[in-house]
Amino acid sequence: MNARAPLLELHDLRVTIGESQILQGVSFTVREGGITGLLGRNGVGKTTTLRGILGLVPRTGSVTLAQAELTALATYEIVRRGVGYVPEDRDVFAGLSVEENLRLAERPGAAHRYDLVYELFPELRERAAQRAGTLSGGQQQMVSLARALLNADNRILLIDEPTKGLAPLIVKRVADALRRAAEVATILLVEQNLAVAHRLVKDVIVLDQGRVVFSGDVEELIGDPVLARRYLGLAAAREVH
Amino acid sequence: MSTIVLLAVTGLGLGALYFLVAAGLSLIWGLMRVLNFAHGAFFTVASYAAWSASQALASASPWLQWFVALLVGMVTGGLFATLSEAVLIRPLYQRHIGQVLVTVGLALATVALVEGGFGSDPRPVSMPAWMSATSPLFGAAIANTRIVAIVAAALVLLLLLFFLRRTRYGLIVRAGVENRAMVSALGIDVQRAFTLVFAIGGTAAGLAGVLAATYYGTIDPARGTSMLISAFIVVVIGGLGSITGSALAAVIVGLLQQFLNFYAATGVGDFAVVILLAVVLLVRPAGLLGASS
Amino acid sequence: MKRLRGGALVLGVIVLVAIVLPFLHVPLPGLMEGTLDSPGTLNLLGLCFVFGALALSYDVVFGYTGLLSFGHALYFATGVYVTAIALARWHWSMPQALALTAVVALVLPLVLGAICLRTREISFAMVTLAFAEAGSLLVLQNPFGLTGGEEGLALGAGVLPAALAGVVNTRNLYWIALAFLVVVCAIVWWAVNSPPGRVWQAIRENERRVAVLGLNPYLYKLGAFVLSGFLASGAGVVYLLLQGGANPQVTTASFTLTLLVMVVLGGVGTLWGAVIGGIVYEYLDFRLVELSNASALQNLPAVLRVPLSEPLFILGTLFIVLVLFVPGGLGSLFRRANRRPANA
Repeated sequence: MNARAPLLELHDLRVTIGESQILQGVSFTVREGGITGLLGRNGVGKTTTLRGILGLVPRTGSVTLAQAELTALATYEIVRRGVGYVPEDRDVFAGLSVEENLRLAERPGAAHRYDLVYELFPELRERAAQRAGTLSGGQQQMVSLARALLNADNRILLIDEPTKGLAPLIVKRVADALRRAAEVATILLVEQNLAVAHRLVKDVIVLDQGRVVFSGDVEELIGDPVLARRYLGLAAAREVH
Repeated sequence: MSTIVLLAVTGLGLGALYFLVAAGLSLIWGLMRVLNFAHGAFFTVASYAAWSASQALASASPWLQWFVALLVGMVTGGLFATLSEAVLIRPLYQRHIGQVLVTVGLALATVALVEGGFGSDPRPVSMPAWMSATSPLFGAAIANTRIVAIVAAALVLLLLLFFLRRTRYGLIVRAGVENRAMVSALGIDVQRAFTLVFAIGGTAAGLAGVLAATYYGTIDPARGTSMLISAFIVVVIGGLGSITGSALAAVIVGLLQQFLNFYAATGVGDFAVVILLAVVLLVRPAGLLGASS
Repeated sequence: MKRLRGGALVLGVIVLVAIVLPFLHVPLPGLMEGTLDSPGTLNLLGLCFVFGALALSYDVVFGYTGLLSFGHALYFATGVYVTAIALARWHWSMPQALALTAVVALVLPLVLGAICLRTREISFAMVTLAFAEAGSLLVLQNPFGLTGGEEGLALGAGVLPAALAGVVNTRNLYWIALAFLVVVCAIVWWAVNSPPGRVWQAIRENERRVAVLGLNPYLYKLGAFVLSGFLASGAGVVYLLLQGGANPQVTTASFTLTLLVMVVLGGVGTLWGAVIGGIVYEYLDFRLVELSNASALQNLPAVLRVPLSEPLFILGTLFIVLVLFVPGGLGSLFRRANRRPANA
C-alpha cells in the first residue's frame, strides 16, 4: 500500500511568528501520487505548514522534495522545483485580467496545460479579459487552481482550503477538478469540509497545536470517534455517529 | 486669455517635472513598500553629471551638447539608483524602516557631497538658443523648455504604460504591487523586479534632473530635495503605486500651484497643495486612483 | 536593584560635573575650540543639550509609540517662532511670551494630532509632513512681517532679560539648557514607565491587540503626540535663547530628517540612546565644520578633502553604516559592552 515513493518530506519544521510558536517540530512524508489530506481544527498550523514548505514564513528544520533539500532556497526557487501553491484566500491579482493572472503563472521552459485548465473551467476562457477582482469567489478559486495546474512540470500542489466559502455546486466542481488534478500531480490538501476530504483523500496527516498527532489512513481516523472528536472537532464526530 | 494659457502651460511643465520624479517613487513604493528619500539625490547627481558633461563638450554644437547631457543624466540616474538598490536596500530585505532610513542617509550624504564638490550656489546651464526662446500658442508666448518638459513627460508616461501593460516584467511589477509574496509563490524572482523599478525610477529622475536644469536655467544642490517633497505629495494624492494616478495628480498640483500663486498671492499655491494633500489623505486615504486595501 | 542604584550614582555624578563645568578653566585640545568655561564651548554644549532633549521628544512618538512622524520640526519651530515673535515683535515680557508659547504648544499638536492620527503608517507620515511643510511655507511667507521670512528673526538687544543676554551670561543659558534636558529626561522616563506609557509601547508592538483589550489606541497615540510636541516646543524656546534668534532652517523637512537620524544614531525607543544621539549629532555637526577648516585637511587631495569637509556627508555615511551594521544604534554598543542583551 505504501510502496509509493516519498515525494515531499518535512523534518522537524518549526515556525515562530512574533512570540508564539506556531509549528513545534512538524515531520511527515507525502508519498507520490493521489491526494494527501492535512487536517486539524482551526488554528493548529495547517496553513503555516504550507507557507513554511514554501519559505513564505521564516522557519527551521528541513523540507525535501524527491530527496532534494529545499530549505535554503528562496520561495521562487522552491516553486520552480515543481511546487504549485493555491493559497487559502485564493490571492488572485485583483487588478490583472484573468488571462494576465494565468500568463503570470506560466513558468518559462515548462509546457502549459491550457487544455486541461479550460476543460475544467471553461468560464476562464470566456472571461479572459475580465479583471480578476470582479469575479465571484468561486471563479477566483478557479483562477487560483488554474495557476497551479497550468505548469506541466509541477510535481506537487499545495492546496489550502479550496472549498471554503463556496456554494455547494461550486464545491462539487472544485472537488472534481482536484480529482482530475491528482491524475497529473501529487496533492497536499488542507480541507475543513470533512465530507469533501473524506471523498478525495486516502492518506491523512492530522495536526494539533503545531504537532503531527496522527498520520495514516483516512478510514482509520474517521473510524475512531475519540480521535475524530479530539482532533477534528464536533462536526466530524457527529458525521460518524 | 493669453495669461491663462501661459499659466496653464507653465503649470503643466512643472507638473511634468513632478511626474518624472513621482513615477519612480510610486513604482518603488508600490512594489517594495520603500519610501525612497534618495530619489531627490538621483535627480541631483544626474543633473550635475549632465552639467559636467556639457561643460566638457563646450566646443561642440549646442544641440549635441544638450543631447549628450540628457543621455549622461539619464544613465547616471539609472546607474546610481540601481547601485543604491543593490548595495544599500537589498541587504535590508525584511527590514522596512531600515530601508527607509538608509535612503535618508544616502540623501543627506549625497547632497552634502555635491555641495562640497560644486558649491551650494546655483550654476547657470548652457542650452541651445531654441530652448531659451518662446513659441506662440493661443496668443501666449510659451517658453520652449516648458514644451520640452511636457512632451518628455508624456512620452515617459506612454512608455511606462506600455511597459506595465504589455511586457512580462510589467505584469510582474503590477502583480507585485498587489501581492509580492504571491508573485514569488508563482516561481518569479521578485528581487529582479525591484532592481528594475529602481533602474527605471532613477532614469526618469535623471531625465527630470536634466529637464529641470533647462526649465530653470540653473542647477543647484537643494532643488532635488524640494522636487522630492513635491513628488511625494503628487504620489500620495494620486495614489501610491498608480502611475496614471501620479500623472493626474502631477497635473493638478502643477496647475493649482501656478494659478493660485498668480491670482491669489505668491506662496498661496504651494500652501494650497499641502492642504490638498491633507484633505485627500483624510477623505480618500488611498489617494485619487489608489487601490483601497 | 543594585544596578539601578549604581546607575543613579553615575547619573548624579555626570549631572554634577555638568553643573560645575562652567567654572572649569580647562582646555580640551581637539575636542573643543576653547576652554570648558569659554562662551563658545558653553554655547555648543547648551545646543547639544537642547538637541538631546529634542531627539528624546521625537523618540516618544517615533521610538516608543511607533508613529513615523515627518512633521516634528513644526513643533520645535513653534517654540522658536512664537516666543521670538512675542518677544521681538510685540515686546511682551518673558513670562507672557512663555505663557503664550505654552498654550500654542499644547493646542497645535492637539488639533493637528487629532487630524493626522485618523490616518496611519505611511499616510500618517505624509500628512504630518504636509502640515510641517505648510508651517515652513508660512514662516517663509513672512505674514504681516512677523517671521522675517528667509532672513529669520533676530531677538536683538534689550529684548532678553539682562541675565540671559550678552556673552558673559552664556553660562546662565548653559544651565537653563542643562536643566531643561534633565527635566525632559525625567518627564519622558516617568511617562514611558507610567501605565499610558506602557500602552504606547504595546501600540508600537501590536495596535490591534491594544484595541482588543478595550483600550482606545487613538487617545493614547494622541497623548504621546501632544506630549512629544509640547516638549519639542520647549526645546525650541531654549534653542531660541541660545541662538539669540530664529531661522527658517528649523522648520524644514530636512530638519525633521536630521531628528530621525539623531534618534536612530542613538537607538530607537531608548531614553539614553535618543539623548546621546542628539548630543553626539549636534556636536559632530558643529565640530566637523571647524575640522573642515583645519590646515591638515586643506593639504589633502581634493578627492579626500571635499567629502571630509562636509559634515553632513560624514554624518550621512555614518548613519548608513549604523543602519546596515548596528541596527540598535550607538546605545546598543554600550549595552553590548556591558554584556546585557542588545535587544533589551
